[in-house]
Amino acid sequence: MSETTTNAGRLDAVAPAIELNGISKAFGPVQANKDISMTVAKGAIHGIVGENGAGKSTLMSILYGFYKADSGSIKIDGVPTTINDSHDAIAAGIGMVHQHFMLVDNFTVLENVVLGAEEGATLGPSLRKARKELKRLADEYELDVNPDALIEDISVGFQQRVEILKALYRQAEILILDEPTGVLTPDEADHLFRILRNLKEQGKTIVIITHKLREIMDVTDSVSVMRRGEMTKTIATSTTSPEDLAEAMVGRRVLLEVDKKPAEVGETVMQIKGLSVTDVHGVKRLKDVSFELKRGEILGIAGVAGNGQSELLEVISGIGAATSGEILMNGEAIDISPKANAGMRRERGISHVPEDRHQRGLVMPFMTWENTAFGYHNEPKYSGKFGLANQKYMKQDAREKMERFDVRPPIPQLVASHFSGGNQQKIVLAREIEHNPDVLLIGQPTRGVDIGAIEFIHQQIVNLRDAGKAILLVSVELDEIQALSDRILVMFDGVIQGERLPENTNEGELGLLMAGVDPEANS
Amino acid sequence: MMDFLSNDLLQLSDSAVRNAIPLLLACLAGLYSERAGIFDIGLEGKMLVAAFAAGAFSAIAGMPVADGGWDMGAWSVWIGLGAAIIASTMFSMIHAFASITLRGNQLISGVAINFFAAGITVLIGQYWFRMGGQTPQLREGQRFEPITLPFAESLKDVPVIGEIYHQLISGHNIIVYMGFVIVALTWWVLYRTRFGLRMRAVGENPGAVDTAGISVVKLRYSALIITGILCGLAGAYLSLGTAAAGFGKDMTAGRGFIALAALIFAKWKPISAMGATLLFGMLEAIGNKYQTVDLGFIVLPGQFMQALPYILTVVILAGFVGKAIPPKAGGEPYVKER
Repeated sequence: MSETTTNAGRLDAVAPAIELNGISKAFGPVQANKDISMTVAKGAIHGIVGENGAGKSTLMSILYGFYKADSGSIKIDGVPTTINDSHDAIAAGIGMVHQHFMLVDNFTVLENVVLGAEEGATLGPSLRKARKELKRLADEYELDVNPDALIEDISVGFQQRVEILKALYRQAEILILDEPTGVLTPDEADHLFRILRNLKEQGKTIVIITHKLREIMDVTDSVSVMRRGEMTKTIATSTTSPEDLAEAMVGRRVLLEVDKKPAEVGETVMQIKGLSVTDVHGVKRLKDVSFELKRGEILGIAGVAGNGQSELLEVISGIGAATSGEILMNGEAIDISPKANAGMRRERGISHVPEDRHQRGLVMPFMTWENTAFGYHNEPKYSGKFGLANQKYMKQDAREKMERFDVRPPIPQLVASHFSGGNQQKIVLAREIEHNPDVLLIGQPTRGVDIGAIEFIHQQIVNLRDAGKAILLVSVELDEIQALSDRILVMFDGVIQGERLPENTNEGELGLLMAGVDPEANS
Repeated sequence: MMDFLSNDLLQLSDSAVRNAIPLLLACLAGLYSERAGIFDIGLEGKMLVAAFAAGAFSAIAGMPVADGGWDMGAWSVWIGLGAAIIASTMFSMIHAFASITLRGNQLISGVAINFFAAGITVLIGQYWFRMGGQTPQLREGQRFEPITLPFAESLKDVPVIGEIYHQLISGHNIIVYMGFVIVALTWWVLYRTRFGLRMRAVGENPGAVDTAGISVVKLRYSALIITGILCGLAGAYLSLGTAAAGFGKDMTAGRGFIALAALIFAKWKPISAMGATLLFGMLEAIGNKYQTVDLGFIVLPGQFMQALPYILTVVILAGFVGKAIPPKAGGEPYVKER
């Protein structure tokens, strides 16, 4: 018996790092993973792509022991391994960087690294050892972090490094990263990829889950595509293209480029002059922001999340108040004091598709026909006899909107939470666009939306522009900004860091602006 | 003036310490629970059952066999203490089961424990002793006696230091000294041990603990066992270590809630918890010593003076004393995201 094991051990010098066989997992009636088999070669960077809810994160959570598979088996380095919890996964040399970082905010970097990997009952020796080890890892992999800094004081890019360091400190040979670039600037993402290539050279195996096809093409050796819980395709990256991958993800040909003709820009509808916002903590969120918005154009606002874009949308849409500055709509000032509200904006022809559709776009437990009327429910068309709501009309109106915006299934009686992210977004868009606004504010139009629906939503936005409306688009997805915008403003730390035309700029330049560097200032 | 310093202040401080001890122990009990992410408004109830169990079992253990007792002599008080710890820990485990295993609402579970304790103690007390819910008066061997520290008598007349040593430091019972040792121990556990690191982490971000391969459930249960033990000590002190010498209906008198206020005031830190509870103890001592205070233009009635600790509680809980940030994951049952 022991002989066969040693023999197997010797053969395994070339065994794949990860071998999944027939993994299935159901959450109640939802089959998240169906009979999935996948192999990842040792020392490779392997990508897993798929739409939201395709089962990528579930599969990796099973590998990391966060969930238990209903059936199927796992081999690590050719050795059959049972992974019941994260403890087993760590013991098998697997480390995971979760999409939402698993860090304790008021602990130091050092304490976070040590947590769960302590040497003994008292902390002193563990902390001393970790400090030494972190230094070594920092030198080896370009992973510099101050071990005594508190997590809440460092940027997300650094927090991610701490997560990677946590895995390396536990001697992970396999590193799983779940949507690692979602919160990073292009520059930080590049640094991350350098680190990953570095780790690969040291013989580590890396699995990266993402929905960004360009990253897959850039950094991976091989890629697997998941759709509706199944693995539809595994292929060497060099032999595929983004178009093929998108097709495998959605199950049909999709247009990755937005089809749009040049903008026919009209007169100015909205002027923002010297807008500043100071929040309740006295922090300046928006600093003297000025720009103009014209009919028939899509003005894109790029930037890493949290650099004042949300506050800008809040003030223009009437949700928040400005500390100073003014907003002119068709030359007339609008109220930006705390007395203003979103309803007053709607009367002035400003509609808003909020960034957070669960919090602000929809009332999740309410039915679609109620949601499609919200904000406009006082309009005469919705009122019936005795001042009551005309439910019959509201339902009919909702059904028409759902059909025009391809919401599936188009049943007004379904509650909002029933729908997928893409369909929810279409419901919000239908409500706001059908109201025929002069200005449409859109925040993160395709966050949590699958590729098929992204195509549709982008087309609706372009159509609205072509109908001569002004659109202010805020998105943290640089690809989206570049594809849709006729003009791009980049925000950093509450300031407009620069303005560019999409045809005269590139991702590198925009990335620098997003990081607060002005590339022209140097030259 | 000299008189005030040497007598009144010493006396006040001495009773402040006595008043503070049950608060301190309960406050530390709450600290373990809340640092692990489980809100505990059931400190009051746990103290009450502990006080009852201590009074009842110490009394029974000390009774002669002929009267239905166990005739344990000087061991009785320790039987009482053990019973207090067991009773309080059982109640703490009910809270743990409801809020960790069943993922119930921690506040509701805590309220239920308080009501349950208030009822069950009187019910069983009446059934066993037929004294209207009280337990029999405890005699020597059934209660904790003051301990005279070495040299206390001989140093008594040394000015200041001797007086402080004799009156303030010496002459308390064992639980008082344990209380202060537990403060230091808690600090050490919290900041210098693996258990403390994990416990603090689980109260801030249980996901981080879970993904590090540590059981969130086990950690939280461990913390709540400690909470049970400390509430047991706090309750036992009330019936075995004070002049009451026995259990009386509702004898905790809101101390569990005052301890909770002190915990918030102390920002969930052990050393500050000691300071906060000593402050409450001092207010109580002042209220007891000066029944009415004539300020010249107004006479403060005794009721006002006695209400001082409770007034401070309200002020603290209303958030007038600085901003206190509780452990981030507190009150939320841990569910793996899906």
